[in-house]
Amino acid sequence: MIGLWSVPLLFALPLSLGILSLLVVPAWRPRLIFIGLPLLVAASLDVLAGLATIGPHVYRLGDWAAPLGINLVVDGLAVGMILMTTLVTSLCALYAWVYLRDHPTSTTFFWPLLWFLWAGMNGIWLAEDIFNLYVGLEVMGLAAVGMVALRATPQALAAAMRYLLAALLGSLAYLLGVALLYGAYGTLSMAGLQEVAANNATTQVALALIILGLLLKTALFPLHAWLPPAHGGALTPVSALLSALVIKASFYILLRFWLVLGPEITPEFTAQFLGVLGAGAVFYGGWMAWRQHHLKQLVAYSTVAQIGYLFLFFPLVTNTGPEAQRLAWDGTLMMLIAHALAKAALFLSAGNLILAVGSPQISHLVGISRFRPMSLFSFGLAGVSLMGLPPSGGFTAKWLLLHSAILSGQWWWLIVLFLGGLLSAAYIFKVFRMSFREGPQIDRSVTPPLTLDVTALILASAAILIGLTAHLPLHWLRLGSVFGVS
Amino acid sequence: MDWNSLILLGVLATSLVASGVIFLLAESRLVLRTVVNLTAAVLKLVLVGWIVWGVYQAIEYEFRFTIIEGVDFILRADALGIMFVGLSSLLWLFTTIYAIGYLEKAPNRSRFFGFFSLCVASTVGIALAGNLFTFLLFYELLTLSTYPLVVHRGTRESLRAGQVYLYYTLGGGALLLFGVVALHVLIGDTEFVPGGSLAGLDPSLHPMLIIIFLMMVIGLGVKAALFPLHAWLPMAMVAPAPVSALLHAVAVVKAGAFGIARVVYDVYGIEFAQSLGLLMPLAVVASITIIYGSLRALAQTDLKKRLAFSTVSQVSYIVLGISLFGPIGAVGGLMHLLHQGLMKITLFFCAGNYAETLGVHKISELDGAGERMPATSVAFTLGAFGMIGIPPMAGFISKWYLGIGALEAQMNWVLGILILSSLLNAAYFLPILYRIWFRKRDRMWCEGKVLGRFETQASLLFPTLFTAAVALAAGILAGMPFSPLYWAELIVGREYLQ
Amino acid sequence: MSGAISGYLVFAWSGVLLFGLGLFGFIAHRHLLRRLLAFNIMGSGAFLVLVGLAQDGRGVDPVPHAMVITGIVVAVASTALALVVFRRWYRASGRTDLPEDT
Repeated sequence: MIGLWSVPLLFALPLSLGILSLLVVPAWRPRLIFIGLPLLVAASLDVLAGLATIGPHVYRLGDWAAPLGINLVVDGLAVGMILMTTLVTSLCALYAWVYLRDHPTSTTFFWPLLWFLWAGMNGIWLAEDIFNLYVGLEVMGLAAVGMVALRATPQALAAAMRYLLAALLGSLAYLLGVALLYGAYGTLSMAGLQEVAANNATTQVALALIILGLLLKTALFPLHAWLPPAHGGALTPVSALLSALVIKASFYILLRFWLVLGPEITPEFTAQFLGVLGAGAVFYGGWMAWRQHHLKQLVAYSTVAQIGYLFLFFPLVTNTGPEAQRLAWDGTLMMLIAHALAKAALFLSAGNLILAVGSPQISHLVGISRFRPMSLFSFGLAGVSLMGLPPSGGFTAKWLLLHSAILSGQWWWLIVLFLGGLLSAAYIFKVFRMSFREGPQIDRSVTPPLTLDVTALILASAAILIGLTAHLPLHWLRLGSVFGVS
Repeated sequence: MDWNSLILLGVLATSLVASGVIFLLAESRLVLRTVVNLTAAVLKLVLVGWIVWGVYQAIEYEFRFTIIEGVDFILRADALGIMFVGLSSLLWLFTTIYAIGYLEKAPNRSRFFGFFSLCVASTVGIALAGNLFTFLLFYELLTLSTYPLVVHRGTRESLRAGQVYLYYTLGGGALLLFGVVALHVLIGDTEFVPGGSLAGLDPSLHPMLIIIFLMMVIGLGVKAALFPLHAWLPMAMVAPAPVSALLHAVAVVKAGAFGIARVVYDVYGIEFAQSLGLLMPLAVVASITIIYGSLRALAQTDLKKRLAFSTVSQVSYIVLGISLFGPIGAVGGLMHLLHQGLMKITLFFCAGNYAETLGVHKISELDGAGERMPATSVAFTLGAFGMIGIPPMAGFISKWYLGIGALEAQMNWVLGILILSSLLNAAYFLPILYRIWFRKRDRMWCEGKVLGRFETQASLLFPTLFTAAVALAAGILAGMPFSPLYWAELIVGREYLQ
Repeated sequence: MSGAISGYLVFAWSGVLLFGLGLFGFIAHRHLLRRLLAFNIMGSGAFLVLVGLAQDGRGVDPVPHAMVITGIVVAVASTALALVVFRRWYRASGRTDLPEDT
């Protein structure tokens, strides 16, 4: 029974806990994490064990056959995403449990929204048909918008509204694409589409709509405008979850589509175009991050930049050799996971620093290295991964992508990777310069609780460790994909 | 995994663990921090001594694990690496003692010593790296751990110096990364093998290999302060004296020069590098740096800045030695890695003593210092003589070998460079010595410290005297086993007998 | 698939038209409630496309119907959330549109 009980549990449990938390008294809502976290961790590990023993497979919910039944896919990529989600969400939940004690009005709805968010995300990772992906996207998206709106300031509400409009537009474009695909081929499942899809006008229009919708949701330059206010203006644990996980879900769907409908249908032009947009994101996001004065806005623009790296996947796997493709796959996934860990750590430690000085301005961080070394250390470790400096997951990812770029002869991406790294060094060290500077101290007698620092540190350390122990995770991630043959 | 691999990890672990512990200690726990610092330094020295003995007996030490397919993290103790790690460990101990004394009552010491230990851990990693990937890993880690030391004082100057430092070192690191990845694409994992592993490659790849070499040398040359990539080094003098001593005698500049040695000897191989025509340009750049550094040093009025430019010049002797095709030149260059380290650290320690005890930063203020601080001034004199190349100081032996090596490689112009540079060295060191010993002080010394029996604090004095003594011994006892000369000959023997 | 103006495809094309109108309204209008209404029209357009394309003689196909029902539920939830956020925004800022251009 290994690997079987856990699969439906992974989205059914958060869903139930979400509903349960709505029925329970607000004071009791945080405590549900003590039921939910252990169970979800166990379920994630079990599904990993299932992958290792049974191998990649398709799980039929309730044993109903598609298309009426729901199929779930359990392969290396899905399991990798599930584990990443469990780790980051658990730590952010622990952080929020302590952090939100000072924000009692937000607590009321934070916890139900967190569970729904988790359910949506797990639903997306496991989905095997394109309509379930839509449902998952919606559940996750609405929960995310709700979380942004928790902080009732006008800026946060405007940011939430903007996020909602962008999300809805993206989802509808996606839905129209799905509708066209179903109308053309009569099947919703990925496997089915892979067999019957042909390169005709309908497919191309549908795919274009789907890609556009997902690009908007992933905030790829130049469709990124909704992200900095939303991620930068939300409560700290919300920012962490959004930048680390939510933004990756739409990219994940894009990956799935690309693997299925593949290079036979999408022309090389699209792949290079996505790469160019990614490069634009890296440069624009990096430059804007460097110019920010507000710490969380800096981190939010950093997300805009780092997302760009992920889009180098497309040009690197189109019309290149199998070795280059495998390296691109490894590198992109490592980048995705390392960024999730590092970005969550960055937001959480930024939140700690802001609590310590009582101001969100970077210039007020003068001399903080003396008082909050642990927060600064987490920030630093996370920064090391974002800059792509060794030893870290970000460095390993960069290495793999560089290797793939050189091997496939696409030299121009090297410039993107190098300059992007230097730009991120510019904005990370901007914060450090402030913290080392000697100046009048803003001395608050508040010492934030240890849990906040420890969770950030664990995430940052994980970002570093995964770089050094990348061999096994990368091997698992390849299971069940076309890159599994190395 | 056996003891031999674990001992390598142990050498690394002593400073890593020390770093972590120190970061966690509160600022006020002075005694505990000192104990941790010194214990770690001594322990590291013991372990390194053990390994040195083992390498002498041709025991193999290796630790490896796979990071990703085709890329391994490898630590290995070979003759070249052990020479560097021996220098680092020895000098770490003395710099730690010196720093404890120098920074007495200064703020942020926990932060300082934490990054200090991390810096040494990075240097050890660089020395023990068994392939280019591991080397690169620790090379960048060195950048990250030295930045906080450069900006330690937190003044605007320090921050500016740190910024310039980052521009140069991160840029250099990116170029080095490019070179290493490109090599991986061409031939897979590049382990350090004496005689290199590239000679057998298809000739059509040679242009690519030349470009890769260029990239890597630029990347390494930033830290090695090759002209024109040296500008960060004089600016970094705003850091406290122990930092200048460590960075400029032991860690950063040596790492760059060491890296160039690794690339030329253990990746490309000296014969292959010569056949690609890479050695002559390297020798030219090194020579330009030697002369340029000395000329700039002449023009400086601040003592530490003069020493900084002297470092720029002297480290290029090592690179020059590497680029001379022939064993004797190589021996000269590699020996100088140790000699320069010992002599320069002595000089920086003395400069720190003068600054701390007498408040002297400019050369013009050094009149009569020999009378007031005789022991320090003797150490300074020994170091200066070594830099100029006066026998029996160690510096003379390195220059001698370099000269013979130049003749052997039929690059007679190098001999001219060596002579000119020695004259320039004399020109900027002898006046200082004259001031120290032969000029009388016309004003009272402004002294803020109440001192004990010695001319300055014991923790500042004894490391200085010790390193000066070792520098002297390295010259006098050069013929003995375990001297720098001996080790250099051992390394070169294994390289050239391929 | 030939005969772009054949009978059953009328619905699909109307759906596309509605989607386009809704999209135009969504982008052009500034007042948030109008944008919400435009979004709902877009949604209806997408559903119409789904239902329309399903009527090509394959018999009664339950899948598009299921999708449309799910879609309607999602649209209701989205609209509800949007209204809540809009109300709070209006109370907090007194504006009915978002500051600066989107």
